[in-house]
Parts: sequence; structure tokens; C-alpha cells
Amino acid sequence: VVDGRHTLAMGQNEAAANRPMIEAPFGAALVQIAQSRPEIVGLSADLAKYTDIGPFRDAFPARFFNMGMAEQNLIAAAAGLARTGLVPFATTYGVFASRRAYDFVAIACAHSKLNVKIVAGLPGVTTGYGGTHQAIEDLALMRMIPGLVVIDPCDATDIAQATAAAAEHDGPVYMRLLRGKVAIVLDPLTYRFTIGTATRLREGSDFGIIATGLMTERALDAAEALETKGIRTSVLHMPTLKPFDAEAVAAFAASVDRLATAENHVVRGGLASQVAEALFDHGVHRPLARIGLPDRFIECGAVSTLQRRYGIDTESLVAAGLNLTEHNDENRADRDLHGRRRLEELVVRSRPHR
Amino acid sequence: MNLHNHPAKKPDLAALRAHATNMRRHMLTMAGGPGQGYIGQGLGIADALCALYFHELRWNPADLAWPDRDRFLLSTGHYSIALWAALAEAGVIPLAELKSYGADNSRLDMSTIDTTPGVEMIGGSLGHGLGQGVGIALGLRYRHSSARVFVELSDGEMQEGSTWEAAMAAASFRLDNLVALIDCNGIQADGALVLNMEPVVDKWRSFGWASQEIDGNDIAAVVAALVVARRIDAAPHAIVLRTRPGCGIPTLEQREKAHFVRVDPGEWDALRAELDQQSEAARG
Repeated sequence: VVDGRHTLAMGQNEAAANRPMIEAPFGAALVQIAQSRPEIVGLSADLAKYTDIGPFRDAFPARFFNMGMAEQNLIAAAAGLARTGLVPFATTYGVFASRRAYDFVAIACAHSKLNVKIVAGLPGVTTGYGGTHQAIEDLALMRMIPGLVVIDPCDATDIAQATAAAAEHDGPVYMRLLRGKVAIVLDPLTYRFTIGTATRLREGSDFGIIATGLMTERALDAAEALETKGIRTSVLHMPTLKPFDAEAVAAFAASVDRLATAENHVVRGGLASQVAEALFDHGVHRPLARIGLPDRFIECGAVSTLQRRYGIDTESLVAAGLNLTEHNDENRADRDLHGRRRLEELVVRSRPHR
Repeated sequence: MNLHNHPAKKPDLAALRAHATNMRRHMLTMAGGPGQGYIGQGLGIADALCALYFHELRWNPADLAWPDRDRFLLSTGHYSIALWAALAEAGVIPLAELKSYGADNSRLDMSTIDTTPGVEMIGGSLGHGLGQGVGIALGLRYRHSSARVFVELSDGEMQEGSTWEAAMAAASFRLDNLVALIDCNGIQADGALVLNMEPVVDKWRSFGWASQEIDGNDIAAVVAALVVARRIDAAPHAIVLRTRPGCGIPTLEQREKAHFVRVDPGEWDALRAELDQQSEAARG
């Protein structure tokens, strides 16, 4: 028992309580797109089963290449396939695509503007396997590569549409993957993913949350909670980290009193940094709480425990909305690893900002 | 399709030797300009590139994007001087442009960039060529193309682990449309090879490659080895080329075995005279 709760088995995910789920939305979307596009091929590096490309492999066995545990060659071979006019989707975990194969992503793919799509599992803290498997800095690394499109989808709707957009886009793409059972947060009938475009999901002038990846789901939940406390909260969903929709960020920031960024990633070099750059460039000044992971390697444990412990949860966003600045400290987890006060209690004790 | 070469034609060794001499002449023209550069490596690989571009490769200099062309990937981007020489000799690059080698705004960079016509990949970050070659070979096979892929890499480059990742995959996928030419010239950036890479040919053989070892500066031997490598027998082909840096110009062959050969500005005419003398002697 940790934090007064039962510890979940290592790596086990905690299903979202209140949203419908879809199994392997990436694999399903890729199979559907590939039906009419024979130039799409798939690759993995001994992680086909764990990156939801299994449905593609089963539907098109002659179009799937498992490169073994060799991520440099996974990306190099994908570049070579692209040089013959094919559109390769290469899957592995984010840590391996970024840390191990970086030179191949940068030079073999991006420098030559090749049509390679890298789909990267276990973004941020979505696994309990610790620092070896948690891609906590991949967005920062990947957005430094010239010409590479970087996407962090929020849910099953985003993943399906971003997969189609990546297939349409002529150039290299790095997309984070939410695998297995993935929640439906965005309405597929009304939501439209476009590369490089942010989407305002909710209006409210007191507090604005700019979120990417799975944190957009939490941002929407936090906004609901804050509304009940009288804080009108808007949410800007930012699924593309590069190219970055800086104009949308500036306009959004100008429409609210206070801001928070929310990312399943270290708060340096990713969304928070890009938002700060955009605000500076556009001369918009707002108090900014940065919700995300601290600058440290994270231990093994249950995903829900780790997400709570390191503050990538709804409660942290609610606290930011209530202007509890002490909880915007990115090193909170260091200080408070073994017995921090429950944020929920703090939230209850605090008065609304206005 | 106006093919530059036809794979079945008999080799004209005298014509190939003349092309190789011209390529070496082009390299002296380039290296005498602002770039200097990697003339040692370029002269060493000249005979292999000559055999490829003027005999083995099925390609069309007038249609460099032909989807069914054979590909040649120069993984050691710093050997670009040899590739520019081959492309100039084939008429893809104007001879007048050679003097711009290594100069600002030149297309003929000291390391390969794939925006220059005829260049199939960005080399220079060593360990990239064979993996891309594997992907191209897989892609050509998937497209039912009979085109083949030739990848040059070097003995020093075998120290990059990605080379062996690609070697494993090529054998596992039975890529008999892939030929690796490993330039063993015994030097790398820090001087003589800093790790023992021998036995080179056994390494490739043990990875499942049909492997040969030849004198890479004997153009007849290179041509013969390339004929053997045409075999379609479910294994990729490795040709280990034993080459001499500076080959064809005795002064440079005897110079210190350095990654980056220094030549004084006054020396170039003497080197040109040596090359002419050598090719005369070879013609007999």
C-alpha cells in the first residue's frame, strides 16, 4: 500500500472512469488508410505487439517488416523505404526512437525530408517501467530537429485523425502513441485535427489551460471542476508541438487572466517552453503555471500513482486554477515523495480565486 | 530507356582504366582548388566506383530519377570527391564545375548532400549507408523492381554498431539485391585503424553474407567480383576491397597514412605528371 491506496501492478494502466474507450485506435486507423494506399508499409523493432501496429501486420503481412531490436536500423531502413516512394510507419517506444535513434531521425529522415512516420509508444509517464521506458523529454528533443512534424495526440479521435494527417503529409513525422484501450475525449463528428493547428475546446475568461497529449483530457476535467467553483476556464488543445501554432497561443492567452500549460513531459523544452516563447514573441504577459514532469528520472510504479505523485493529474490543474502557486513547484515531488498532503484536501480547503 | 550500361555486356577493361585515370585527374582538379579534401580516400576508391558507374550499374545519366535504376550509396560522405569525379566523368556534372569543390555555395561539397544530382543519400554520419540500403532493397523488392542497391562503406565504419544492425537485417530478409562494398584502406580519423577489424571477410560471412575479398585497386578484379555478386541466391553480397589510399599517384601513396592528406600548393603539377606517367606505364 502506497499513498494510502493499493499499488497497481507495474505498468498496469488505470482505465479512465467515465469515458468510452477504443482498442488500438492507431492500428485500426492505419489499416483503414492502407486499404486504398498500397505505398504505406509498416515497421517495428520487436515491439509490434506493444505499439498497436499488430492489426496492420495481420492485414498486410507482405507490407510489414520487423527489424528486430535495432532502432537505428529501424529508422535507417524506414528512410530507405521512403526513398523508393513508399510511406513507412515505424513504431517503437519513444525512448528508443529519440534517445537511441536520434541521429537517424535527424539525418537519414529529416535532413533529406523523407516521408517517414515514426510512431512512439509510452509517452511521458504512461508506463511503470521507470526511466528506461518513460519518454519524458522526447518532445523537446524531437522539436529541435528541423522540418520534423511533432504530434502528441490526446485520445482515440486525435490518434485516428493524426494518423491520417501524417499519411497525407509529405515529410517526416514523429507522433506519440497512446496504445491499448484509449479513451474517446474529442467528438469525432465535430473535432478536426490539422497539423500545426491548435483547437479551442472550451471558453472561459478567468483561467486558460493550454494542453497537449493526454493532459488535454485532464484539462477538460479540471475546467469542469473549476467551473463549479466559479472559475470560468477555457482549454486550448495543442496536439502539434511542431509546427507550433504560436498565433493561437497568443490570442488564447490574451483572452484569459491567468494561464497554465499541461503536458505529459518535462516542463522544460516541450509545451511550456514553446508557450513561453510564443507569449514573449507576441508581447502577451500572463501569470503562467507549468504543469508537467520534473527534471528528473522517474521511478517504477503504478502509472496512476506516478502520475499523481508527479503532478500530471487533474488535481494539479485544479490547484493551478485556484492559484495555489505552491503547487506549481516542479520539484514538489522531490520534496514530497513519501507523504505529500493530498492535493484534493488542499483544493477543498482553499477559497476560490474570486 | 537509354541505359548507360547493360549488365550483360563484356567489360572493356582498357576503356574502364581510361575512365579511372580521368576520374583521378578530376580529383586532382578538385583537390587543387579551395577544398583540398579527402583525395587519399578518393584515389583509393576510384577503381571500384569506375567499375560501378561505367560497367555494372544499370542507370541513365539523363534520367537520374528513373525508378528502376540501380542505386549507389556512398556511405562515407567524405569520399565525395570520388563520387563527383565519377558523376563528372559520366557527364552528370560539368567538368568546369570541378574547381568549385569545397568552395562556398558549391554543389560539390566536401561531404555528400543529396540535393546534388546523382547523390542517393546524405553520407558522412558514418553507419547510415547500409541501413538505408536495406530499406531501399526491401522497397525495390516490394515494388517488384529488378533494380539493385550497391552500398559503399569503410573499414573504420564497421566500428559503428548500426552497420551490424543493418548486416543482420539484410541477411535475415535475404536481400540478394543488395551489395556492400567495404573499402578497407586501413585508415580512420585518428590515423591507422584504432581497433582491429580483422578478419573482415569472415565477419561478413558469419553474418550470412556471400562474401569475397579482392584487391580493390585491380579494376578487373572488381568487375569480376561484381559479376559474382549478380547471383540471386537469397543472400546479400559483400565485397571486401583492399585499397591503397592515394592509389595511382606514388607520392600520395607513400605519404603518411593520414585521414586528411596535406598537399602544398606548388605540388599539384608534379602530382598530375605522376598520374600521367602511371597511366602511360599501365597502358604499356
